[in-house]
Amino acid sequence: MAYSFDFSSLLDYTPVLVDGVATTVALTAVSTVLGVALGIGGAAARTSSVKPLAVVVGAYVELIRNTPFLVQLFFIFFGLPSLGIRLAEWQAAVLAMVINLGAYSTEIIRAGIEATPKGQIEAGASLGMTGPQIFRYVVLGPAMAKIWPALTSQIVIVMLGSSVCSQIAAEELSFAANFIQSRNFRPFEVYFLATALYLALAVGLRWIFSLMGQRMFAKGVSRA
Amino acid sequence: MSPVNTSATVRPLVKLSAIRKSFGPVEVLKGVDMAVEEGQVVAMIGRSGSGKSTLLRSINGLERIDGGVIEVDGECVDPGQIDLRALRQKVGMVFQQFNLFPHLTAGENVMLALKVVKKQDKAATRAAAESALAKVGLGHKFDAYPSQLSGGQQQRVAIARSLAMAPKVLLCDEITSALDPELVAEVLGVVRKLAEEGMTLILVTHEMRFAREVCDRLVFMHGGRIAEQGPPAKLFDRPSTPELAQFIGMVEAR
Repeated sequence: MAYSFDFSSLLDYTPVLVDGVATTVALTAVSTVLGVALGIGGAAARTSSVKPLAVVVGAYVELIRNTPFLVQLFFIFFGLPSLGIRLAEWQAAVLAMVINLGAYSTEIIRAGIEATPKGQIEAGASLGMTGPQIFRYVVLGPAMAKIWPALTSQIVIVMLGSSVCSQIAAEELSFAANFIQSRNFRPFEVYFLATALYLALAVGLRWIFSLMGQRMFAKGVSRA
Repeated sequence: MSPVNTSATVRPLVKLSAIRKSFGPVEVLKGVDMAVEEGQVVAMIGRSGSGKSTLLRSINGLERIDGGVIEVDGECVDPGQIDLRALRQKVGMVFQQFNLFPHLTAGENVMLALKVVKKQDKAATRAAAESALAKVGLGHKFDAYPSQLSGGQQQRVAIARSLAMAPKVLLCDEITSALDPELVAEVLGVVRKLAEEGMTLILVTHEMRFAREVCDRLVFMHGGRIAEQGPPAKLFDRPSTPELAQFIGMVEAR
């Protein structure tokens, strides 16, 4: 082992790394908000009594869950321009991540919805509430509380998966790492640091979601 | 306890005509007629599978009927009816399993439908919930979550939640069956008080002593039909069908 480590050579690239981390965080934040919203809508549709809607959403979920994220991303970034739909790198990245998280979170949230005791829905109905009111006020909160840890893991997976977006030159953390090692020829140091940064981001994300879960979901649910 | 009004001019509050209901090939209600007048307290008894719970649940549309007409305070429902909200505003329901919303406090459980169904403002909602909880003796549990309450307390909150909507009739589906024996009395006490105040009640119950003491009328269901009905004392002491005689024998042997 004649290799001598030199992490100091990374210092020159600090702004590039900071931009990369910021872009990864931004991509994750936007796609989490939109993707989970899509997932709630998708789960509502999949559990609704409107059969065509449930079938369409089911097809979307299966399509996304049974194809690689990289291909989905390439389809959006390289394929759609053939139809005249041209997206910037970050737009394509966000769109791909939202569609991907939307499909997975649809399934996760659906599991939570289906775990709602039938009696609670009947109680809502017998109080004169409409279907959408029951979904919003009775079903959704406890469902989200139940699947919060699973949803958190999925969001971490999407955050880590955003590294794939470097392949369309979205300038996130992996893109920054690739860029730096092509300049300073220090792949070990660069990817070691990138690994550490992803780990820190993932741990931080789990921590934030754990805090959010504790604040949002009343003790009534976690104890029930 | 209000007297049974036999005057033909009084329109019954709840009128069931020729109610039919099947689960797959099994016909559980075979054309049931029943009328309940305002202020009456009616208990439905019978073996499990006799159709009494299904009949009760059909009164507020939780079971979709296959035939017949349900009429509550002028609100008519037939098998084709999709929107049952008008009916459900007149019919309250309390369940065996309480079915409180676990993520809401007792007060919020009571306030939810007042807010989203009756669209009352915050102050009115709060006041109504406080008075409903006080009525069942749980004014001090407004901020408690269901998981922090005993079964009997949870069921009383469920009763308060229904009462706050000011229903014309309250349906009680075996509301003490899931309770520990020592908690049954506090729930029955609330029901007894409602009966004394003139609330129209239809109960499915296995509490025969309670039925005998509190109810104006007993309805004995057997095989998807009303086999026999009348004042509790008469049905218990002089049952006219062998099925009821056998049922009473079974219950009293317990």
